[in-house]
Amino acid sequence: MTDAAPQIAPQIATLGVDGLLIRFADRLTEPANRAALAFAAAVARADPPGLAEVSTGPVSVLVRLDLPRTDPDAFAACLSALLAERDWTQAPLPEGRRLWRVPAVFGTDLAPQLDEAADLAGLKPDEAVESLTAEPLRVQTIGFAPGQPYLGQLPDAWDIPRQEGLSPRVPPGALTVAIRQVVLFSVASPTGWRHVGQTAARLFDPDRTDPFLLRPGDAVLFAATDREGLEAARADGGAEVIPWP
Amino acid sequence: MALTVLRAMGGITVQDRGRPGYLSQGLSRGGAMDRLALTEGAALLGQSADLAALEIAAGTVALRAETPLRIALTGAPMSASCDGSPLAWHASHAIPQGARLDIAARGGGYGYLHLGGGIATPCVLGSRSAHLAAGIGRMLDAGDTLPTGDDTGTRTGLTLTPLPRWDGGTIRIVEGPQTALFDDATRDRFANATLSRDARGNRMGQRLTGGQFPAQGGLSILSDVVVPGDIQITGDGTPFVLLAECQTTGGYPRIGSVLPCDLPNLVQAPPGASLRFAFVPLDQARAAEATETARRADLYRHLRPLIRDPHDIPDLLAYQLVSGVTAGHDPEPEPTP
Repeated sequence: MTDAAPQIAPQIATLGVDGLLIRFADRLTEPANRAALAFAAAVARADPPGLAEVSTGPVSVLVRLDLPRTDPDAFAACLSALLAERDWTQAPLPEGRRLWRVPAVFGTDLAPQLDEAADLAGLKPDEAVESLTAEPLRVQTIGFAPGQPYLGQLPDAWDIPRQEGLSPRVPPGALTVAIRQVVLFSVASPTGWRHVGQTAARLFDPDRTDPFLLRPGDAVLFAATDREGLEAARADGGAEVIPWP
Repeated sequence: MALTVLRAMGGITVQDRGRPGYLSQGLSRGGAMDRLALTEGAALLGQSADLAALEIAAGTVALRAETPLRIALTGAPMSASCDGSPLAWHASHAIPQGARLDIAARGGGYGYLHLGGGIATPCVLGSRSAHLAAGIGRMLDAGDTLPTGDDTGTRTGLTLTPLPRWDGGTIRIVEGPQTALFDDATRDRFANATLSRDARGNRMGQRLTGGQFPAQGGLSILSDVVVPGDIQITGDGTPFVLLAECQTTGGYPRIGSVLPCDLPNLVQAPPGASLRFAFVPLDQARAAEATETARRADLYRHLRPLIRDPHDIPDLLAYQLVSGVTAGHDPEPEPTP
């Protein structure tokens, strides 16, 4: 992922029978990610007749139509007009973005792949922890499982591949890395991402007033802690909003 | 409470039409695997298709009616009985208070038990559906109780002829944003292959066996939004159809997407049944969806009285078929019970 990647004009494709997919790039770039977030918000705000649902991928927006009550061609034309209104890669990030502090235990038996991942990144384990906690990471998209964020973007050193085999199970709150991104797991899952930290973040709780902790555009600052610190954080939901620096 | 669960084995969950609107937060819609069955049950009971029913994925369930109930049975035909007397599938029935209902899956597929007034468990994010992958709700256990909503209907003893979908067959698909990652030969091979369901399917997805259809450069594509019905091709070329509880983003290339109106045929195909996938143009797919939507809205017009087959009445001799059986020459028999 590089900001210097050539931009392609946004393209509208169909997905399934009732979906229109607007893609801002064919690879993950920072401007394309911002464009997807901003355009999805604009579609939701415009709320054109026939809109059933709007969702974002890393560099794309899915718009689902209320068929058969909607003319898909007319709707696509309406989207094209909205697309042409501005250069969406230059759009500001969503409003009301929050900065979260999320304590994490790095390494130990709670997160057994820190050394291996650090080695792949060419870092010593303590350098790796420093790198992962240095700057807030932005929620680029929420996906795969409920409330599960893809955070980025990490420094170049972290352009490490996913492991070939799958870890059979990482627990909820697992902090995993690959391809200059962090994924925090909202539910226990098998994964190809390396498990380098463990948080107590409750990313999805259907019984909470707001069941989804994070929103696209929010940022997360990880803070290294120990097992006691993690348990203390767990009592508070594993994450707290802090002021932007 | 209207119902008490006496026994629940396999995967018995409460399902309605699911939770649209949370894709951007990573939560797929979920809901009944066979949405047509929800509509059929609603038609049989004369109520809204938005109401929740019990989905029986496999195994058996036994329930006790704590109040008089109207029920309907739809989806994959299963063995059902009320206090030991068989109940016809694809039909509605009156169940007296205190009666025991037994339902047992037969060959695979999803069966549904609908209740007059619908199952009225609490809504979570606007739906009563259990979403097992997301940790919302759970499978039912013995001892659980289920409330129902107000039942404003009265009719029972009705049946309908369901759209046949119990033996596989041809499933229509449309091309998607990544179909072009598959070369013409691979697409042709996919469209001409006879595949079948793997026995390991679940509410998240269904693996298909019978061929490998790898994409070109397929392992390096960017994760993107996925929707139920998408057929992703995993690393070794195996097709995997995403279903109700699928993840919301995926990084495997997708060769196409199943028409929503054909998904019931896919999920109800028993393991081993032949499945073929036919690409259809998008406008044809949309027309097929519209036609099926209209057909479903009209289902209630095609209800007819359930005529009981004497074979299904094991205690036939216990029925007083003719009143006053004495000399055998009563001029007019009274209606049978």
